[in-house]
Amino acid sequence: MKPEDLKFAKTHEWVALDGDVATVGISAFAVEALTDLVFMELPAVGKQVEPEEPMCEVESVKAVSDVYAPVAGEVIEVNESLPDNLEVLGEDPYEKGWIAKIKLAAGAGIDHLMDHAAYEKQCAEEG
Amino acid sequence: MTAETLQRTPLHDWHAAHGGRMVDFAGWSMPVQYSSIVEEHQATRTAVGLFDISHMGRLLLDGPDAGALIDRLVTRRILDMNPGQVRYALVCNADGGVLDDVLVYQVTLPSGELSGYGMVVNASNREKIVGWIAQQRGDMDLKVQDATHEYAMIAVQGPRAIEMLDGLCECELTAMRYYTGNMTTLCDCRVFFSRTGYTGEDGGEIICDAGSAVHIWEQLAAKAAELGGGPVGLAARDTLRLEAGMPLYGHELSEEINPIQAGLDFAVNLRNREFIGRDAIAAAQRDNGQPVRVGLLLDGKRAAREGAAILRDDEPVGHVTSGTFSPTFERPIAMGYVKPTAAAPGTTLTVDIRGSRHPAQVSPLPFYQRGK
Repeated sequence: MKPEDLKFAKTHEWVALDGDVATVGISAFAVEALTDLVFMELPAVGKQVEPEEPMCEVESVKAVSDVYAPVAGEVIEVNESLPDNLEVLGEDPYEKGWIAKIKLAAGAGIDHLMDHAAYEKQCAEEG
Repeated sequence: MTAETLQRTPLHDWHAAHGGRMVDFAGWSMPVQYSSIVEEHQATRTAVGLFDISHMGRLLLDGPDAGALIDRLVTRRILDMNPGQVRYALVCNADGGVLDDVLVYQVTLPSGELSGYGMVVNASNREKIVGWIAQQRGDMDLKVQDATHEYAMIAVQGPRAIEMLDGLCECELTAMRYYTGNMTTLCDCRVFFSRTGYTGEDGGEIICDAGSAVHIWEQLAAKAAELGGGPVGLAARDTLRLEAGMPLYGHELSEEINPIQAGLDFAVNLRNREFIGRDAIAAAQRDNGQPVRVGLLLDGKRAAREGAAILRDDEPVGHVTSGTFSPTFERPIAMGYVKPTAAAPGTTLTVDIRGSRHPAQVSPLPFYQRGK
């Protein structure tokens, strides 16, 4: 998946939408900023999530950070192999580094998310 | 505080130009890391790390009563110090609460114009300690100067630190004992060098004129790179000191904590002397009920961080003051305060990490001790 084809939340999650299923992960910029990842807690399958609410946690040597749900819906699948292979978040954040698939709630969309160009601009401003 | 009003060390622009991720630390713009915290940590444990610690406060106290005043302010005897000696001590209030932990140097300082005492204080406490000194000095005869911005301070730490510095320094560092310091010439600059540090490794700390800092730092960085080391940010400084079991003010030390419960008895001398907080500290020595500082070892990957509750059989017994994932031991380590009945090494406790409970074993401190 090319980042240009994805949508982004201001809290650094990416979304790839296929029908009504959103595949979700965290951006290369976020992984770079976190550095030294040691732990990831996946969301529970079946969990109902809302945009801008914590979905799961990722922990680096320095700190623990929330991963926020970028869309509204239900977690239907998680990347079970990810917690034991956190290096793929850095190596391949937009393919093998996916975290969860979320089935969009009725009426939910992704219009509130940024395209890649707008997200790049935000990252440049954050330094 | 905005980026514009943050204080800057003489090395600030070097850090920013070399990948340093700059953050606000105690009102200073400081590099938290350059690349990876784990790599910087390991470089210090296996080779040599360079730390800009210019944000720490450097106070000069000079005059007939300088020694007597410091002796009244800190938990160890100062009046018997000889030139070249360095002592770690606590500045306490009358209740025995720690106002700061400091290094006191009996020195001739880089300017050459002062030969008295130097005191290195935490950046976060500098103004408080300057105010405390002003409040306590009365009519004692001495000059007090906050020389923080006139000088820079660089720590060089790691098993190859002394070997590296020996090649750049006119004096023979290998012969210098730990907790001593002297004026010397390093990279053609006059500096004060002490065998002190905050990582658990061998090495030392350099105090130089602000104007010499970049020149010295660049030469040290070039040499360190040859040895597999390099600059280290505040994040790895924190993981290193945590492994070494060293307290950090604002975490393990505060005005609500006395030196005895912090386990810093070695830095307290009550015998035949008076100092501020003495009676309260003497009482604390007889008090078997106060919470005490412990180390905690956890399994898995999740670190117990500051504020996490510590329990024993569902009963709260204390809280975590610092915690991280230890790069050396590849498991979480933490320090905290617990009731004395829960403090024996080997005791199994529980830590509440953001709502989930994890077993933690009380461990003797330090976690890490370098091979001698």
